[in-house]
Amino acid sequence: MTPPRSRILRFFTALLLFAALCAHASPADSTYETTLKNGLRVVVKEDHRAPVAVQMVWYRVGSMDEVDGASGVAHLLEHMMFKGTPKVGAGEFSKRVAAAGGRDNAFTSSDYTAYYQQIPKEKLPDMMALEADRMRHLTVDAREFAQEIKVVMEERRMRTDDNPHSLLFEQAHAVAFQAHPYRRPVIGWMNDLENMTAADAKAWYQVWYAPNNATLVVAGDVAHERVFKLAERYYGALKPQKLPARKPQVEPEQKGLRRLTVKGPAELPYLLLAWKAPGITKIDDAPEPFALDMLAAVLDGHDGARLPRRLVQEKQLATGVGASYDALNRGPALFYLYGTPATGQTPETLEAALKAEIADIAQNGVEAAELARAKAQLLASETYKLDSVFGQAMEIGAMEILGFTYKDVATLNARVDAVTAAEVQAAAKAWFNDDHLTVGVLQPTPLEKN
Amino acid sequence: MLKKLFSGLVAVTCLILAPFAHADIAIEHWQTRTGARVYFVPLSTLPILDVHLGFAAGDMFDPANKSGLASFTHKLLDLGAGDLNEVDISNRLADVGALLGGGKDSDRASVSLRTLTTPEKQAAALEVFEKILHQPHFAANVFAREQARSIAGLKDALTRPDTLASRAFWSALYPEHPYGVVSTPESLAAITVEDVRQFWRTHYTAANAVISIVGDLDRNAAYALAERLAAALPPGEEKLPALPAAPVVSEGKVTRVPHPASQAHVYLGLPAIARGDPDFFPLLVGNYTLGGGGFVSRLMNEIREKRGYAYSVYSGFSPMKQNGPFTISLQTKKEQADEATALTKKLLADFVQAGPTPDELAAAKAYLIGSFPLNLDSNGKILGQVANIGFYGLPLDYLTHYQERIQAVTLADIRAAFTKHVRLENLVEVTVGAAEVSAPEQ
Repeated sequence: MTPPRSRILRFFTALLLFAALCAHASPADSTYETTLKNGLRVVVKEDHRAPVAVQMVWYRVGSMDEVDGASGVAHLLEHMMFKGTPKVGAGEFSKRVAAAGGRDNAFTSSDYTAYYQQIPKEKLPDMMALEADRMRHLTVDAREFAQEIKVVMEERRMRTDDNPHSLLFEQAHAVAFQAHPYRRPVIGWMNDLENMTAADAKAWYQVWYAPNNATLVVAGDVAHERVFKLAERYYGALKPQKLPARKPQVEPEQKGLRRLTVKGPAELPYLLLAWKAPGITKIDDAPEPFALDMLAAVLDGHDGARLPRRLVQEKQLATGVGASYDALNRGPALFYLYGTPATGQTPETLEAALKAEIADIAQNGVEAAELARAKAQLLASETYKLDSVFGQAMEIGAMEILGFTYKDVATLNARVDAVTAAEVQAAAKAWFNDDHLTVGVLQPTPLEKN
Repeated sequence: MLKKLFSGLVAVTCLILAPFAHADIAIEHWQTRTGARVYFVPLSTLPILDVHLGFAAGDMFDPANKSGLASFTHKLLDLGAGDLNEVDISNRLADVGALLGGGKDSDRASVSLRTLTTPEKQAAALEVFEKILHQPHFAANVFAREQARSIAGLKDALTRPDTLASRAFWSALYPEHPYGVVSTPESLAAITVEDVRQFWRTHYTAANAVISIVGDLDRNAAYALAERLAAALPPGEEKLPALPAAPVVSEGKVTRVPHPASQAHVYLGLPAIARGDPDFFPLLVGNYTLGGGGFVSRLMNEIREKRGYAYSVYSGFSPMKQNGPFTISLQTKKEQADEATALTKKLLADFVQAGPTPDELAAAKAYLIGSFPLNLDSNGKILGQVANIGFYGLPLDYLTHYQERIQAVTLADIRAAFTKHVRLENLVEVTVGAAEVSAPEQ
């Protein structure tokens, strides 16, 4: 149960997005960029190992751009994007991709909505024609909407309502954030889904889906000059439009510990601690977010890291523990610790033990070897990521949509690599005050036996 | 020295020149002197090496009343080995950025390593990997801790509707076969550390190993690496237990279990085919139309797109060492579960009777043939393919002829294969979270 704020795939599994800091540098010499006159940004990553390509279109709009009463509309619209345009009938989009030997899907997060096709490389022009068509010409048919909203409600039941851990995360965000829209779940509250209309979806599309609010990423066995020409041919004529102002909706300072309980069918309790933490807004920001990233790695970067070693292996207070921190978001960041108490332990004993690990680092710092190890893992992952065309495209898309560029990846990694043990210790001292903490506990309710 | 290594080895090279995919992947195959089968694909585009060892050591080999033994054995391999404790192992691999992986299912337990090929990093990673394979501790205190964790984790999982549904489904499919045996808190508690050690000695042997190597390594180095990894595996003096008798057909049976969740979890299926069965291709192509083809299958279209019954619904064949299942699964609001299940069964029955239309067949082939390069577009995916070919003894040219096999499938082949392998009278049906339940639960 790692990913705290869910990013939702249209189909089956949630995709683990290695947002930025965990993802690392790409050799910039094989990445190329341009911007069309209508504002569509185009980034091409050449990777000639296999005769395949991926096209992704990322829109800078997600659930954080929704308003109360319309939660879930960003994700619902993502579903509707497969329901037809005047040129391409409902359900026809995926049929055409499949006929081309391609796989398609889409995902929505609090920060963005993205669509992709993995294809044999020669099919790229056809995919561009399809994707460009639905950027400006979606139908949003009322009958299609009426069916699809039911699918999304089933999705919510499956992902959240019947999953006590997910419910705990959902509730914890609603408690941690009061002003910022991260308080609302990406999938939407059930009652908002029940009251959503096709007109809501259409309005959302008309406001946000435009080339000047999107980034096109193509990766794989392609030549960038040709991709630029194709992009111009298929996307170049699409009209840009003025986008609404985005209000910052800054979360007021939290002034005291917040606790919540969720009850659900389970055998074991589950504990979640979430501290307000700084994120990276600019490449030359202060070192804190980079130090927090290393702190998370020192705590939980591998099986021998502090939390699993001390709390699961040595003290046996928990059957599982973890730390999670994502510094790159459009909105505010949280630093999470979480775990399942071992039999005979309680959420309270585990909470104390997790806090003691932070306090230990705040007081005594981290060993040079621990920090070096975390950096070695990061360095290796920069090479491993090159084994996935899809992963490389994901990294580029996320960077671009979060307000950075793919070129910043190397700089961000260099900044992480420059973090010192003293900075990690300082971060542990500075950011783990109880007054900025939200504590969530899953309280198990036994299954009734018939 | 190298000459010696080569003597006694039969190296088979198979150049794959897939006509549609433009991918050429050469799989070299030989046996080590201790009898491990080796499959090697040199790929020098990235400075990465992947090594994967698969053993016939999955759950199907669990002794009666000790279900979970294969799982413990696999889990404990890297929790202390040679002169390293569990923290040393994890730290040393992290120090050089190496990743330990692997998995376990009913048939197979596997251990894998991904490392950078920088010489000192690769050497350090392989040294740890070797200890894990050759000298696992199986320490009593670590075992006791993992046993307690597993029992707690299982009890928690037994509250989740999908876990309950999946377990009930496999039990109903395979009442007389190890595939249908599921571990319980009691069976986990019955296992001793000596059982684990014995299971390891019996199953993690060279003769029982398939070594797959993919990445930036030359042939001589691959030979030497395979010899080194295989040489000190347990000698395997214990005789491997014979495979159980093939699973018999299931009896059509309906199981309904209560659960407070808002959705019902529905599984339908029966035991179908083993790996290597020639009917695999007609079943694969046919199933694409029925429920395998992502957003474009009949099940997806009728259950999700037209009626909004479910977020996901799919059907698929899972060929295993012995007859693996054909499975349909979906989750839906419990009040409409009976309607959705009835419709699913009708769609299945129609399909078994009439098969796909010519247009559907053409669409299935277009996708399965056209998308084939996507199955081989990374070192990691190639490793997975090669490890499967090795473990299941598929022909070395399996990937070469994959697209041709798809192309050759006819409407008649599909109807014949479905009629033979999907007999509706044997269909098992499990619903967890049913609105009305069939029988009291234990």
